Amino acid sequence: MTIPTRVISILLLAAASTLMAQPDDTIKLKPSYFEVNDFVNDNEACLRCHGEMKFKIEDPGSERSIHKRMYPDLIIDREAYYTSVHKTFSCTDCHSYDFNTFPHNIETRVEEQFLCMDCHGYDETFAQYHFEDIETEFQESIHNIDEFTCWKCHDPHSYKVFMRNADDLKEAILYDNNMCLKCHANFDRFTLLTDREEINVLDAHDWLPNQTAHIRSVRCIECHTEINDSILIAHKILPKTEAVQRCTECHSSDSRLMHTLYKFQSREGRRSGFVNGVMMNNTYVIGANQVPLMDKFSFLILGLTILGIAFHTFLRIRKQKTD
Amino acid sequence: MATHRIYLYPVWIRIWHVINALSFLLLLFTGIGFHYASIDAGFIRFDVAVIIHNVSAIVLTFNYGLFVIGNLVSGNGKYYSSWKKDMGANLWTQLQFYIGGIFKKEAHPFPINKDRKFNPLQKISYVAVMYICMPLIIISGLGLLFPEIIVYQVLGISGLALTGFLHQIMGFVLSIFLLIHLYTCTLGDKPLTLFKSMLNGYHEEHE
Repeated sequence: MTIPTRVISILLLAAASTLMAQPDDTIKLKPSYFEVNDFVNDNEACLRCHGEMKFKIEDPGSERSIHKRMYPDLIIDREAYYTSVHKTFSCTDCHSYDFNTFPHNIETRVEEQFLCMDCHGYDETFAQYHFEDIETEFQESIHNIDEFTCWKCHDPHSYKVFMRNADDLKEAILYDNNMCLKCHANFDRFTLLTDREEINVLDAHDWLPNQTAHIRSVRCIECHTEINDSILIAHKILPKTEAVQRCTECHSSDSRLMHTLYKFQSREGRRSGFVNGVMMNNTYVIGANQVPLMDKFSFLILGLTILGIAFHTFLRIRKQKTD
Repeated sequence: MATHRIYLYPVWIRIWHVINALSFLLLLFTGIGFHYASIDAGFIRFDVAVIIHNVSAIVLTFNYGLFVIGNLVSGNGKYYSSWKKDMGANLWTQLQFYIGGIFKKEAHPFPINKDRKFNPLQKISYVAVMYICMPLIIISGLGLLFPEIIVYQVLGISGLALTGFLHQIMGFVLSIFLLIHLYTCTLGDKPLTLFKSMLNGYHEEHE
């Protein structure tokens, strides 16, 4: 398909969508959505309710209608969805066709949902990501509790791969930490999964010097998971008693950050002549970033200074004795 | 042999000097601890070093402010600010004394008096240390203490990393100065004469 034909097709599709969607939806369907997904119009059958803060219920008998608020967890952000890893999908690729019936039947609503492993596990296409090892790590993690699934952190309707190809590491760190904070900084969500007492993340980390710099510069999982070199991101979340608390785990020349946060950095991003130099594109970790050449040069100057002082002292003592 | 005494180090300078020396030694010790931090073999606990380093740095910074203000309001500033045109020749003369004349018992080429507290080499090194290196190490240290004020990247390198390396380099330069400073302080009439001067305020010379 040539580019003009494709553009015209997209415009035609966009025009067609206005017939199906409610008037407000016309501005919500961006051309970019049609570029990545062949089911945008089909998906609108769901998103005209699940893409909104409220939805309309009509009673044909009385012709009365009311607006109801959509439960926040069931709202799908179109922009986030059509830029996510699952942006090409139709809603019914994962959800039952029976959801086309409204109100949804109870049998449909309690249907078992797909999990990551149902598509990604034991599949050569995804072999390089070792989803099976991730699953094993999750089973051993403290997150392995009732009703906790991959989706609690990785919303399939908005999940993006940030860390693997992060141009802006700060943005990737923020994105990753927000996955944790979504529950750990929101007690209402936290109580949906556990009866534990409320955690105040900032109070729990008040022992960290320069807390803000730490939270901005590293992900929660740097300290709260066990290092695993066979998978890209460790998923075995440790109990808080086993979390890293020794500063030198990161602040030393053999910093664990090189096995966690910075393991994704491309070879181009590495800087020769520095210890853990790849970190220096974005930050500076006291104790971890050194320049061996500068250290050698420093020792040379220090040695020459001490030698000069020793020689001068020797001459003074000799002169004193000869006098 | 008569002893000639000049009151050169007023109380405020001596207090400043002892605070400066102690805080700098703590900063140096803990700074080396950071640089060679190791999971197994660090010579000081990292978290303890952080507290000592931060507190000492704040003390040193305020103390530096005392030094600058003191020099402005007292007459002490003149010892740093009066420069002569033949400074280069004077520096050479002083250097020649240290590498040759001192062993021949020659007289000091620039004897200390009320108007001249430092010889040319002392003056140039003290000015460089107090008005170039100290501001740089304090500013870079403040940057590391409050990293949010530092530019994120400069030419693709972390602004924090550049600040960190500047801080390390200044720390090293000042440490080398400290070694030389301590040694040259043994070059008085007797090895401990100049150290005593900094305690009692009087510069002593045998005539």
